[in-house]
Amino acid sequence: MTVSTLESSGNPLAKFLPDHEELSVITAADGFTEITTDRSRVIEVLRALRDRPELDCNLLLDVCGVDYPENEQRFEVVYHLTSLDKGHRVRVRVPVEEEDPRVPTAYGIWKAADWFEREAWDLMGIRFDGHPNLRRILTHEAFQGHALRKDYDPEKRWVLTEAETFVPDWVTESDDEDQFETQIINIGPSHPATHGTLRIVARLDGEVITKAECEIGYLHRCFEKMSETHSWSEVIPFTDRLNYCSSMINGVGYALGVEQMLGIEAPPRAQVVRVILSEFSRIMDHAVCLGATLVDIGALTNFWYFFQPREEIYTLLEACAGGRLTVSYARIGGLAHDVPADFEEQVRYLLGYIPKFIDDVDKLVTTNRIFRGRTEGVGALSAEEALAWGWTGPCLRACGVPYDLRRARPYLGYENYEFDIPVASTGDSYARYLVRMEEMRQSLRIIEQAIDNLPGGPVITDNHHAALPPKPKVYSEMESLIWHFKLIYEGIKVPAGSAYTATEGANGELGYYLISDGKGKPYRIKVRPPCFAIFQAYSHLLEGCLVPDAIAILSSLNIIAGELDR
Amino acid sequence: MRPVTTVNVDRPRKGFGEWTYLGPIFKGLAVTMRHFLRNLFGQQDVATIQYPEEVRQYSERMRGRHILTTREDGSLRCVACYMCETACPADCITIVADEDPEATVEWEKIPVSFEIDLLRCVFCGFCVDACPKQALIMSRKHEMVFTTRDEAVVGIEELKQKGPIEEEDLGYRPYY
Repeated sequence: MTVSTLESSGNPLAKFLPDHEELSVITAADGFTEITTDRSRVIEVLRALRDRPELDCNLLLDVCGVDYPENEQRFEVVYHLTSLDKGHRVRVRVPVEEEDPRVPTAYGIWKAADWFEREAWDLMGIRFDGHPNLRRILTHEAFQGHALRKDYDPEKRWVLTEAETFVPDWVTESDDEDQFETQIINIGPSHPATHGTLRIVARLDGEVITKAECEIGYLHRCFEKMSETHSWSEVIPFTDRLNYCSSMINGVGYALGVEQMLGIEAPPRAQVVRVILSEFSRIMDHAVCLGATLVDIGALTNFWYFFQPREEIYTLLEACAGGRLTVSYARIGGLAHDVPADFEEQVRYLLGYIPKFIDDVDKLVTTNRIFRGRTEGVGALSAEEALAWGWTGPCLRACGVPYDLRRARPYLGYENYEFDIPVASTGDSYARYLVRMEEMRQSLRIIEQAIDNLPGGPVITDNHHAALPPKPKVYSEMESLIWHFKLIYEGIKVPAGSAYTATEGANGELGYYLISDGKGKPYRIKVRPPCFAIFQAYSHLLEGCLVPDAIAILSSLNIIAGELDR
Repeated sequence: MRPVTTVNVDRPRKGFGEWTYLGPIFKGLAVTMRHFLRNLFGQQDVATIQYPEEVRQYSERMRGRHILTTREDGSLRCVACYMCETACPADCITIVADEDPEATVEWEKIPVSFEIDLLRCVFCGFCVDACPKQALIMSRKHEMVFTTRDEAVVGIEELKQKGPIEEEDLGYRPYY
């Protein structure tokens, strides 16, 4: 597959790479510096990318595998990196052969590679030499084959039983004489404090957790495999189920990715409505996260106070889209339909309604010594550690790194809105609470500016290669009817190529790596779910914590199983 | 392009009140008492809905159970073009088409069977968007009870509109 390039040589970063004459370094159509190397040199290249001050790629965003059965070297491992200070983004592609699909692990360079590499092993069957714990992650232990390979039949079914559940090695290790009270407990997979199905195996010494390991994948729904058998637009309802607390943001992020590949843009009105509803979704997501955190540590009232505005926001979303939780409102090229007539009125009502509840919670807990005692210093992570683990979003900002994609790489006209990025310095559960509280207020600020400048006009592009023609025309005009039929039967013909688009999800950087082969269906979609990177650090955060702290940390990280397991 | 502005939200402990628990405790009590008294006397801002006696009023766009619309003579508007079946992300629609025996023109397609598996359906409304004849629309009905899986697969009889269209609880459909 060829990737269209803006310029074939003269990439500004190339000269800083070791032996760059032998590497292929290009600027890809989506603005990434794209380096193609073989596996013998990948670690050298990745290390240089991180360590050379001119390159300074301190955040590993994603590692994924892609399968090209027609190519001489069938598989490809793709790394996505970014530099927070320099702002550039780098993609490293490493082709590997089918007979020997091995790549050295990048875990020694960025810890973030841990789970992403496990996922690539699980779903694509690429081995990462030297990885400390290369087990299946999203599928069941007894699953056979690698589901995202092109020759894996999507209709295939397995019967998998509980008898084959995973038990970490250290559970069966003989007891240390000194730790005579050591015991193993399972938290989850179905536990009220896990807010979704995930399992934590923890070894306790008294009430202190000495070792822990997480198991995820209970909610794996083959999002990526399923996308490959559906058309580009049919993927939108699937994206709703990624982070179901803020489904609008996922759909918008996906639509932006496809629009970028098509070279189209949504009309101004659609962009502003997307901003408004995305920011409302962010408020809801933070409200659920904070409400749940507070419930977990015993402050139930706040949950009710936060759920009132959430209900009202859902009413607004339902009035626009027709669904409350899974909105399916974004379309490639705009929105499904225009907002209702009383949209502005409803938004202004919510702008007046929501702050009262945020203030109430603020008064109830922010200065409360019990709450502070439960969260301060609990689950603290330094900024360097957080970056190494690939954290983004409110959790990273709580560690003191002001990285927000709405400012770092503005999309949807975010560069025109005035807002501040809240940062804290301590990186603990309390800091995450404070950052989320302030982010809700900042989101309200953005909505206020957006609703003041809501432009008129259409909400979906009139490019009928991407968007369905308006219904009255379909009923009355032959040409529109033909477009309608072609779009539904053949799907949107996204030009061959690949693009990585990232938007600021409620939990952090939500990335879509989209690959098209020019036919009507996605060739490969890789989602970079923000909480996947965040959650991999969890078992390390737990070591030395008390069991009740484990719960306070888990809820403050805002793990959404739908997004984690896809 | 606006500059990146940050706001530090760190909150060091301050004051004697915070140190002794008391200030924040009374502040918190004041908040809950205010809510309690306001809900008790007058101001009806209790958010709880007494379901099922009281139900939330949904918008005209609510995506609920599907309706197959009919023409004035009671025949289905559906022409079995398979658009909804193709557009369905959940693959829950199954149509079997055949020639209409009562067709006035030379030949006309009708669905002899039109089944929606309501347990597979994700209620995204893509079928309504895809329909070029306004033959498939959605109602606001979202409370559905089935005792078996087979019961959830509904056919023409269950989906067809009953009586005049205005009397149905109309939800998501083109032009509202």
